[in-house]
Amino acid sequence: MLADKDRIFTNLYGLHDWGLEGALKRGAWDGTKGLLEKGRDWIIDEMKASGLRGRGGAGFPTGLKWSFMPKESDGRPHYLVINADESEPGTCKDREIMRHDPHLLIEGAMLASFAMGAKAAYLYIRGEFIFERKQLQKAVDQAYDAGLIGKNNKNGYDFDFYIHHGAGAYICGEETALLESLEGKKGMPRLKPPFPANMGLYGAPTTVNNVESIAVAPDILRRGAGWFAGLGKPNNTGTKLFSISGHVERPCNVEEEMGIPFRELIEKHCGGVTGGWDNLLCVIPGGSSVPLIPAPNCQDLPMDFDSLVAQGSGLGTAAVIVMDKSTDIIRAIARLSYFYKHESCGQCTPCREGTGWMWRVLTRMVDGRAEKREIDMLLDVTKQVEGHTICALGDAAAWPVQGLIRHYRHVIEERIDEFSSRSDTDGAVTSKDVETV
Amino acid sequence: MPKLNIDGTEIDVEDGITLIQACEEAGVEIPRFCYHERLSVAGNCRMCLVEVVGAPKLVASCAMGVSDLRPGPEGQPPEIKTLSPKVKKAREGTMEFLLINHPLDCPICDQGGECDLQDQAVAFGGKLSRFDENKRAVEDRNIGPLIKTIMTRCISCTRCVRFMTEIAGFDELGQTGRGEGAEITTYLDTAILSEMSGNVIDLCPVGALTSRPFAFTARSWEMKKTETIDVMDANGANIRIESRGNEVLRIMPREHDAVNEEWISDKSRFVWDGLRSQRLDRPYIRDEGVLREASWKEAFSTIATKVNSVSPVRIAAIAGDLCGVEEMFALKELLTALGTPNMDCRQDGSLLDPALGRESYVFNSTIEAIDDTDLLLIVGSNPRLEAPVINARIYQNWLNGDMPIYLVGQDADLLYDYESLGDGPEQLVEILNGKSPLSKALEKAKRPMILLGQAAFARDDGKDILALAGRVAQEKGFVRTGDNWNGFNILHTAAARVGGFDIGFVPGEGGVRTNSILNAAEKGEMEVVFLLGADEINVNKLSTTFVVYQGSHGEIGAQMADVILPGAAYTEKSATYVNTEGRVQMTSKATFPPGEAREDWKIIRELSEYLGKPLSFNTIEQLHQSLYKTAPHLASLNSIDVEQGGEMFKNFTMKELQLRSEPFGISIVDFYLSNPIARASAIMAEMSALKQERDRGAA
Repeated sequence: MLADKDRIFTNLYGLHDWGLEGALKRGAWDGTKGLLEKGRDWIIDEMKASGLRGRGGAGFPTGLKWSFMPKESDGRPHYLVINADESEPGTCKDREIMRHDPHLLIEGAMLASFAMGAKAAYLYIRGEFIFERKQLQKAVDQAYDAGLIGKNNKNGYDFDFYIHHGAGAYICGEETALLESLEGKKGMPRLKPPFPANMGLYGAPTTVNNVESIAVAPDILRRGAGWFAGLGKPNNTGTKLFSISGHVERPCNVEEEMGIPFRELIEKHCGGVTGGWDNLLCVIPGGSSVPLIPAPNCQDLPMDFDSLVAQGSGLGTAAVIVMDKSTDIIRAIARLSYFYKHESCGQCTPCREGTGWMWRVLTRMVDGRAEKREIDMLLDVTKQVEGHTICALGDAAAWPVQGLIRHYRHVIEERIDEFSSRSDTDGAVTSKDVETV
Repeated sequence: MPKLNIDGTEIDVEDGITLIQACEEAGVEIPRFCYHERLSVAGNCRMCLVEVVGAPKLVASCAMGVSDLRPGPEGQPPEIKTLSPKVKKAREGTMEFLLINHPLDCPICDQGGECDLQDQAVAFGGKLSRFDENKRAVEDRNIGPLIKTIMTRCISCTRCVRFMTEIAGFDELGQTGRGEGAEITTYLDTAILSEMSGNVIDLCPVGALTSRPFAFTARSWEMKKTETIDVMDANGANIRIESRGNEVLRIMPREHDAVNEEWISDKSRFVWDGLRSQRLDRPYIRDEGVLREASWKEAFSTIATKVNSVSPVRIAAIAGDLCGVEEMFALKELLTALGTPNMDCRQDGSLLDPALGRESYVFNSTIEAIDDTDLLLIVGSNPRLEAPVINARIYQNWLNGDMPIYLVGQDADLLYDYESLGDGPEQLVEILNGKSPLSKALEKAKRPMILLGQAAFARDDGKDILALAGRVAQEKGFVRTGDNWNGFNILHTAAARVGGFDIGFVPGEGGVRTNSILNAAEKGEMEVVFLLGADEINVNKLSTTFVVYQGSHGEIGAQMADVILPGAAYTEKSATYVNTEGRVQMTSKATFPPGEAREDWKIIRELSEYLGKPLSFNTIEQLHQSLYKTAPHLASLNSIDVEQGGEMFKNFTMKELQLRSEPFGISIVDFYLSNPIARASAIMAEMSALKQERDRGAA
């Protein structure tokens, strides 16, 4: 279990003052100027050495990403864009950072911008996050007023921080769709290449980072890459915010060490699965987009990127959705499928047409109104969507369904059998009826 | 030059092209729906996925630049597979997704037979349908009388949206909604009133956007296809006439990069119903004030009797805007034989003069050069109405680069932003004196272009304006002989005009021009006036004159006529037309003229017999022989032959100018009704009414 001294988000639960004064007491904005003075290369090297992997879901090494930005500007400005469009079902970690520890984020934005030669950071915040936007704006104003950011600030690097409010579309959390939306266009993902590091916001070199990735940067730089790399496991270092929801006694957000076993995570922090460990059905370990893992595989499941990939799933945003045995697993996945159908942008064919198809078939399967051969057909459809789309939403829509079929094919089959046997007696014309006529 | 290995064949490809283009060069067919060479890349249909060896996912070949591909570990060229099982599976998948919500109404769909979805489903699709759910239905949109929408068929490729915003300059078409609910719409269910809207019908790969006037008329394979030239404006767009029996059923564009790319205006596309109505199908003679049907013999004799009774100087001829070179040439030969110098092909009263050389009356830079222009000065023209396809080219260059545009003339919605410098010739003097707002920009420009419309010349000081414009062009760098750049461009409104100039269908020695002919006729000094398809003149002045009207449509000119000789429309004859840049092109006969009507040069040939001055040619070949003797450049089709020496400009420098300060007028008021064929078309009338209604609403 993570020691209190190693926690980065010391006000995660909002028990203390969220504002600048409280943040300063907790160590934010401490020696920022000194960190900046060590130079761009030092910051990027330190981030690389820390082993921090992007906290938005894909787990791409953050330091490496920053190093993709051109060293010298070719005349175009550079931009840092912070993705606060936290819409992945089950995920609510960035929300808490913006509510309770916004200054870590602002400081991190300044350090990251400096490291990539950006004079401004744009934060794109989810449409539904109204309170969070206001809170964050207050924090930004405080930082401006205190001369921590802005022109001629105390830290010696001119830097502006802008907040842009989205309109509540899941797809705008995809980095290029986010850039489109930020530019005032319809939030539809762009084709890659060119990648944002070459042609991002307004055609200028841009890096898009998750809120958490940015907010942990100041502490990594202050305490040193070694400290962060010493936590967790190799290639899966540091601490991570977990959002645990579903069938646990006390759903919560918690900062924990990477690689903490799943069972320890929920029993220490959430009071365990409702009805006890044996009542666990399965878990979606990283937000709705990753395949579920059934209970038998959860016993010693370390919660980190590589271990979960080995289980055929992923850490994603570390939004742990726990389901106990009262869950109708087909219905649960059908609901996720509806979400992806609803949030598909409609730009490219496989996702636009495939998400609706998958949802419709699954909806029938919830009742058992399907045929067994359709299970394989559904699996085939998910494979036709996966990897054939412009952005990862297609994959995200396909994976939960694949997880369902991989682990609960027998449940679907039983449901179909049950429905067809019931239809023999419920209303359907049977041989007995024919005889009486 | 990157090297690629496509399906085992190594080829060198140009830097900067996309993978789909590279595959095409390698002779490999890649199916596609959203990709179109002339539109931006959308990459949304996912039909063109190919396998790049080493890449984790299949890549959309339309969006992948060949320069973005990495060579293999030992430096071997990137390997592309277009026929691998993975690619085949992906294509079948995409095809299936496109079809699950596409209605099975091919038997009643007008796209049938020329449908990309149909063709590619056969070539690249799976074999069976697995989709058991209800299909999606989408409400149809009313987007005007030209385009019929059946939106359930739409596959959201967004070609139409991209065409409208990138080429037609019209942003009222877009996609709303998301996911399955995405729809193409004009937002407010308004009609599209772009002059280029019909092109989306060709672009639509399925039957979502089809031609409303053509609806349920014929299948594409039933029609005879004739490759020919459009005459609705002076652009000379390359078109294909599709006909069945003796009826033109529709008109489609052909590709010609230098002229019309692959676009045509709505007038060129939908004018065909005008070819059926108001036609002159037999000769008529005015008897006691009333026109009556007559035989050819009677008609010719009547003309002969009249012509032989008057002095040649009291005979005149005006050629209209749709005439081919052949008939004008025949008529000129006849008039010359009769000894009359009074002839003019400038119905609008323009004072351009072929005597100054070809350079003085054509679009010297060529239409294609619009793409390279870095400054455009428009004088007395509304290119949007006068030549929509050329205007689209200007729009594209404006959109893609930073070409500043200036206008001297009547303000209008040209689709692009321009700076208005004023509306009269004095602005040109300012430019000459370096005192105009554009002077600074002009210093920086390397390939500036001056585009002069007919409104600048169709006025009494037209000659002086030409001289002034010539001086501006010469002195302000629009013409750079050293750099091989001649940006002195005349935009014509009439398809016949440049051809008319080329053979000198203008007043000869002592002859008078259109306005003087009409005025003289009004005073009774001109006794016989021959109108060769001339309808856009003030015919009231001809009320007491003996008028011979030869043409295809019974319109203003014919109503005034004493003898009507029924001629052929542009789809019914093989005739030479020279477009505004001086490109010689020839139409082909798609159908026969109706009734007793004949090809125009033949009528004139026979008339010459009756007049006792038989012309020297009996066949079209003989006519051409003698025509090419007069104007040799007409013999080489599809070529532009203009002396680019700047010779003509020398004539201008010395001249003392006498300018009038009145503003430049407007050449074309109603785009949809600018010639007799268009005025006979019900579709054009409907569009014109709609446009007027919209304008009134806006005002």
